[in-house]
Amino acid sequence: MKNIHVDTITENVAAMCQSASIDLGDDMIQAFQSSLQKEKSDIGQDVITQLLDNAEIAQKERMPMCQDTGMAVFFIEMGYDCKITCGDLYDAINKGVSQGYGDGYLRQSIVRDPLDRKNTGDNTPAITYVEMVEGDHLKIRFTAKGGGAENMSRLQMLKPSDGLEGIEDFVVESVRLAGPNACPPVIVGVGIGGSFEKSAYIAKKSLLRSVGERHVEERIARLEEKWTEKCNQLGIGPQGMGGTTTALDVKIEVQPCHIAAMPVAVNIQCHANRHKEVIL
Amino acid sequence: MAQKKITLPLTDAKVQDLKAGDRVLLSGDVYAARDAAHKRLLERMENDEELPIQLEGEVVYYVGPTPAKPGQIIGSAGPTTSGRVDKYTPALLSRGLKGMIGKGYRNEEVKTAIQKYKAVYFAAIGGSGALLSKKILSETIVAYEDLGPEAVRRLTINDFPVTVINDCYGNDWYEQAAEVYR
Repeated sequence: MKNIHVDTITENVAAMCQSASIDLGDDMIQAFQSSLQKEKSDIGQDVITQLLDNAEIAQKERMPMCQDTGMAVFFIEMGYDCKITCGDLYDAINKGVSQGYGDGYLRQSIVRDPLDRKNTGDNTPAITYVEMVEGDHLKIRFTAKGGGAENMSRLQMLKPSDGLEGIEDFVVESVRLAGPNACPPVIVGVGIGGSFEKSAYIAKKSLLRSVGERHVEERIARLEEKWTEKCNQLGIGPQGMGGTTTALDVKIEVQPCHIAAMPVAVNIQCHANRHKEVIL
Repeated sequence: MAQKKITLPLTDAKVQDLKAGDRVLLSGDVYAARDAAHKRLLERMENDEELPIQLEGEVVYYVGPTPAKPGQIIGSAGPTTSGRVDKYTPALLSRGLKGMIGKGYRNEEVKTAIQKYKAVYFAAIGGSGALLSKKILSETIVAYEDLGPEAVRRLTINDFPVTVINDCYGNDWYEQAAEVYR
């Protein structure tokens, strides 16, 4: 049995919140650079160049790359042989978010009540999902999900008879409707199967994979490539200014589902694709 | 790429000179305002109360910056999605607002009002908040400080890069640009 003190969790969470907002991942930088070679529109190329400049300024000046530093979402993998000591996991995470967002001069974007809309002032509560797995480790995966792209996400209970074609249409249509609102070039997380809520969960979780990292299953990997291409034929382009780079990647996760059902969730992620992970 | 330079505030003549797809560098003062601030402004207008800011010839920037670190003028300050304030925009345009900076689609009511009141909608690059913060020379909170990141701020901008999306002639650059690469 491995013991992990709550303070270790809090410290790591605080650090992840800050670095995710400031340091764009290498996968994203590479995706920008390779899209620059392929992008057909001048204005589209110019937008991507400015996004690369933005990432550089953010890193150099330790300033958030985007003013929307997001809602803190955590996917935790907890080993059966791991024990959290001196407190509660959820509290430790919230404390880390509060510290990370406060000390890092990150924007507080969470309201206590969706109807009253009073800001909580410390970007908590975080959204935390825990999965139990073999082992004695605690893996913390974090994403700072911005509102602009999240707002353009969709979920539909399709019919089994809609088939793969129906799913593809729904995915591409979601990216079309999101258009410039979602800050393209986007990364598209797709969850197929499960239940109503599980499809959304796996759609978001799929976004934790690096850009360019294909699904382990060949048939899913091929769909990811095909749908990325389809999205790029929409003409939307970087920031909706027209072009051939609308999506940098499509990520798909699948789950068993009911004989009557075909839930499909599309979770859209903007180009400020912030995700960090740590294993304790 | 050719860029027009415009000094704020806007006038009918300056607005009429702008066409969808034009790349523009804006200099002068703008108001930062987001959803919650718009809601309050509209409530005051509906109650015939005086507004805390004057709108004639002004430009609103839809932005909620990150807090400035000590020694900084402003934190990261890119545009937020404009469509969220569509409900409030025609009323502000009727009171003299001449321009808006944001990102993303506007609805039909807003596009019609842009033509009717001779206004213009610009887009800045979403997610480039660090880069855009360098184009902001000063920041003062002028209303609704309690709203935190959503407070109304007066910003002085210099050579702030934007693209005209909706001009006063009814053109929509998002539609036109996507058509070319579809």
